[in-house]
Amino acid sequence: MSSGAYEKVKLVRSSKRQTGKDYIDGIFTDFFELHGDRRYADDPAIVGGIATLGDIPVTVIAIEKGHTAKERAQRTSGAPNPEGYRKALRLMKQAEKFGRPVITFVDTSGAYCGIGAEERGQGQAIAENLMEMMTLNVPIISVLVGEGESGGALALAVADRVWMLENAVYSVISPEGCASILWRDASRAEEAADCLCLTAEDALAGGIIDEIIPEEGLSADEIFANVKEKLAAALAELSENDNLCAERYMRYRRIGG
Amino acid sequence: MISFKFAYKPKNELEAGGRDKIPVQQDENEPERECPNCHRRIFESELWDNAYVCRCGHHFRVNARQRIALISDAGTFEELFSDVKSSDPLDFKGYGRKLESAKNVSREDEAVICGRAKIGGAECMLFAMNPEFMMGSMGCAVGERITRAFETATAEKLPVVGCTISGGARMQEGLFSLMQMAKTSGAVKLHSDAGLFYLVLLTDPTMGGVTASFAMGGDIILAEPSATVGFAGARVIEQTTHKTLPKGFQKSEFLLEHGFVDAIVSRGEEKDVISHLLKLHGARAAVDEKLSEVSE
Repeated sequence: MSSGAYEKVKLVRSSKRQTGKDYIDGIFTDFFELHGDRRYADDPAIVGGIATLGDIPVTVIAIEKGHTAKERAQRTSGAPNPEGYRKALRLMKQAEKFGRPVITFVDTSGAYCGIGAEERGQGQAIAENLMEMMTLNVPIISVLVGEGESGGALALAVADRVWMLENAVYSVISPEGCASILWRDASRAEEAADCLCLTAEDALAGGIIDEIIPEEGLSADEIFANVKEKLAAALAELSENDNLCAERYMRYRRIGG
Repeated sequence: MISFKFAYKPKNELEAGGRDKIPVQQDENEPERECPNCHRRIFESELWDNAYVCRCGHHFRVNARQRIALISDAGTFEELFSDVKSSDPLDFKGYGRKLESAKNVSREDEAVICGRAKIGGAECMLFAMNPEFMMGSMGCAVGERITRAFETATAEKLPVVGCTISGGARMQEGLFSLMQMAKTSGAVKLHSDAGLFYLVLLTDPTMGGVTASFAMGGDIILAEPSATVGFAGARVIEQTTHKTLPKGFQKSEFLLEHGFVDAIVSRGEEKDVISHLLKLHGARAAVDEKLSEVSE
């Protein structure tokens, strides 16, 4: 019996679905992209830069899968390398310096899995983001727009507010990875998807996310307009908060306590 | 069962145990293990005497209690947070049964043991992960115990010494496990921001969500020789990339070469190195305390 969880996974993996960059372009009109981690390279799987929301400057970071096969190859289908996480951290530190809120759009089946990624410290890069984001002294809002799988997604989703699109999935590991490790059989991914409780409703019920953003029956533009409105309202509220980092820590501290 | 004496002929008097060797009554039923590196068969008691290191240098995995005994001063370990236990929040297929069998096999409640200890006289918060409990995987209980260890250490101004061994996040607890990465990393950061010292000893294997959270957050990161440490597993990388992995890939020597560990320390030297490093950092805290007393 299937709960339809794996259908959602397949749906959000579709190349037709709006990617992180689509959200940036749909919500902000004056996005200026900033490249590179200043240490090794520029990772095309993560797009980051500055834009304005209403009249306030914000730092925007998105995991970008690409739509066409060529784009997906160039952007490693949105699986970031360590330099992608380090670029994101550089931009977040820059945001903190200039008092800009940070908005991230997460869409990945996990951090890039490869020899180079391990040589350059994939685990260390993710760990550093988790630590630094916890005490970053500006508001952070994360929106999970498609896939949010493993530590590779979490590394951009330690935030004051975490939202999920209605059909997005959020999971400790991809269903294929879970089936392959637990049962040594990746073809049992559907069964794993059912076990993992990875839908937006599951995440909301578990207190992992704060809100579900509706998408069924809505056009992309309507979704972007809704997200834009919500971002403005949430940032207005968060910018008044003097206790941001302590509350962010408590947001995660209470999970599984 | 082949006895140890048949399998290994001492080459000289010293290897035979020296001149004044007292004949040890070897228990015929004593369990023995084969070294995966040199294939010598070794009795459990000999392994214990040598801190679970074979003569060829191979470091056997040790469980959390053995690790604590190897590193801390005898009789100083005071366990904390043992009341924090796992549940099955997702009602995940087969997890309940797996937890029960892990408890039976390891005779522990969870995959990490935390507590106050002294190492070479230096006080610290010590945690050791347990490979016998679901390969040291991190679920809510592990995340909570480690978080409490850091929070208590921050409150008591204690350094933390952590020995990691883990397959990564515990998939059976789903997103709740994933969130433990953020939670533990946050606790490490607050401990660090309080100016306190955190030393990590990476042991074989340390992978996935543990590498990508508190294992890589140390001020000083040590590793045992030939320990496998990484984010993605070698089998997964090979299957995904269809490339042959370089020799020694993800071994601690590889991490040292690429700049991700400070030093490789063999087990016999670990306690001395850790207590030395604790003293180098503890001395500052002691001075600060005296200064604040004077200024008061």
